[in-house]
Amino acid sequence: MAGIMVICEHLAGEFSDITFEMLDVANKIGGDITAVTFGSMKEKSGELGIANNVIDAGGDTEYNPESYASGAKAAVESNSPSIILVASTSMGYDIGNPLAVNLGIPLASYCTGVSSDGTNHEFTSSLYGGKMSVTSTAAGPAIALMLAGAGDADAGRVSGSPSLSQVSGESLDRVRFKQLIEPDAGDVDITQSEIIIAIGRGIGGKDDIEIAEELAEVIDADIACSRPLVDAGWLPKSRQVGKSGMKVKPKLYIALGISGAPEHIEGMKDSTTIIAINSDENAPIFDVAHYGMAEDLFDVVEELIDELE
Amino acid sequence: MKIAVLLKWVPDLVEELEVDDDGIGIDTDDLKFKLNEFDDHALEEALQIANDGDEVVAIAIDGDGTEKMLYTAIAKGASSGIRLTGGSNSNTANLAAGFATALDGGNYDLILTGVQSVDDLDGQLGPILAANMGLPCVSVVSSLNVSGGVATVTKEYSGGIVAEFEVDLPAVLGIQAARETPRYAPVSKIRQVQQSTDLAEKSVSGSSTSGTIITAMSEPETGGGAKMLDDVEDLIEILKGLGVS
Ligand SMILES: Cc1cc2nc3c(=O)[nH]c(=O)nc-3n(C[C@H](O)[C@H](O)[C@H](O)COP(=O)(O)OP(=O)(O)OC[C@H]3O[C@@H](n4cnc5c(N)ncnc54)[C@H](O)[C@@H]3O)c2cc1C
Ligand SMILES: Nc1ncnc2c1ncn2[C@@H]1O[C@H](COP(=O)(O)O)[C@@H](O)[C@H]1O
Repeated sequence: MAGIMVICEHLAGEFSDITFEMLDVANKIGGDITAVTFGSMKEKSGELGIANNVIDAGGDTEYNPESYASGAKAAVESNSPSIILVASTSMGYDIGNPLAVNLGIPLASYCTGVSSDGTNHEFTSSLYGGKMSVTSTAAGPAIALMLAGAGDADAGRVSGSPSLSQVSGESLDRVRFKQLIEPDAGDVDITQSEIIIAIGRGIGGKDDIEIAEELAEVIDADIACSRPLVDAGWLPKSRQVGKSGMKVKPKLYIALGISGAPEHIEGMKDSTTIIAINSDENAPIFDVAHYGMAEDLFDVVEELIDELE
Repeated sequence: MKIAVLLKWVPDLVEELEVDDDGIGIDTDDLKFKLNEFDDHALEEALQIANDGDEVVAIAIDGDGTEKMLYTAIAKGASSGIRLTGGSNSNTANLAAGFATALDGGNYDLILTGVQSVDDLDGQLGPILAANMGLPCVSVVSSLNVSGGVATVTKEYSGGIVAEFEVDLPAVLGIQAARETPRYAPVSKIRQVQQSTDLAEKSVSGSSTSGTIITAMSEPETGGGAKMLDDVEDLIEILKGLGVS
């Protein structure tokens, strides 16, 4: 059955948005769609209505990289899909990559799009932090690691009653789940903010954050940031926007000195209005922004503060 | 404990990137390269967890930047550096096969890679290497502690949520962030290391599985979405239009 297989991702008993995005991508490619679930998620197979079939690959309720990869392999072997969609996420990395090795098939990562005639596939990927778009091809069974944003989760969220079958992978315990740790609630919940000023590495140093804070006060915005500022310990994790941070949807998102890597864009692309200020006119952030200024952020921010105060 | 850290030389994204004449790669002629930032974190984390008597071995594929990466790693505190020759770096699967032969039998307790790099599209080397070596792997690791042959790690999910796992060693870990900002090695120290230290060399046999084939590369439409503004006055108008001021 040379169809499309979607390796579903879940967290805390719910399918993640990326699962529905991938179902939407699969639906648009067209053909027989098989979704693979783990743990007890088969009980929610009715949410995977876009799929014709659901294969329960067993495994622990909580993600276990080795058992899930093994279950995914068993599912592929039972179904012989022509394309396997895996999330380009922390969990998907540990499933998709070993799957490619263990099945001896090609893999395309950072995919924003896939098309296929059932045998020959074409992948579009975002490379170099979003600065280049790359097309690649493969024939025969292949794996695509799908970036968030590749599909429309709402369109992929269709209820139905796909047929249910079961495979089992190896139960491995070299990696053992211990606990989920929720982020420390910060002083501000940026997922609720109406206006966000997000700062990136372009801000230069910790002391320079002050000027962004000053502007934030003037326009009544909350401060958020890209990942490197959190890794440097300049701002708390609760302020991080992106793949491993928060997903925000403010009315206005002002990005200062943020390049616009796919991992950042994932967390803010649904903001109503996006304004980006970056001295590099080729910065990928300008591809998602509604308004942009290719200027030094300090010049712009100082002038804004002067004019608006 | 013996820890391997794999170091990769990647284009500095601050630079302007251009597509080369073939249309399927970037023009690297005048491009600035640097150590992949996540590899710098992997090295830092290795140096942080290493105690007296532990060994941190920096490993890179022979090519541009190799000496700089390895000497710098030693200047920062790594015990030694290995330059790998003879492998095929035509794609990540082949690279991983080469690394696997180089690392097998080396008695490494931990093999640390950066979580990912931005310049290739055939997967993340860490989990691919682990599959080649039959080792457990956790990628996107943001904290690491080792005790009695077991690593306790946190793996980052979305929404700021992390999951804690225990992993039996030996294992491969893809490091996202070290506990501290990667240290800096002064140029004088690097130069001193360069004069006083020999890098080991290890040759690996090439392998040649075929992966996906790149057929085109292009810059996404610059400013495709954005209306570019020339002065702050225009920006203020926009802000006022949005009810902000
Ligand atoms: C698994 C994984 C998960 C990740 N999760 C996240 C995440 O949740 N959130 C996140 O943000 N990143 C995340 N990242 C990191 C991401 O890949 C990028 O490294 C990061 O987003 C880059 O941050 P930045 O744009 O601030 O820095 P850079 O990419 O270094 O960009 C700095 C920008 O500032 C500009 N600039 C410099 N000086 C000035 C100036 N004076 N005026 C104006 N502009 C200036 C430069 O032109 C440049 O474009 C993740 C990465 C991985 C691998
Ligand atoms: N050519 C290489 N040389 C050394 N290390 C590499 C190489 N390719 C990948 N790696 C390691 O694997 C990690 C993930 O890279 P990638 O597979 O390119 O996403 C990097 O951060 C490095 O630690």
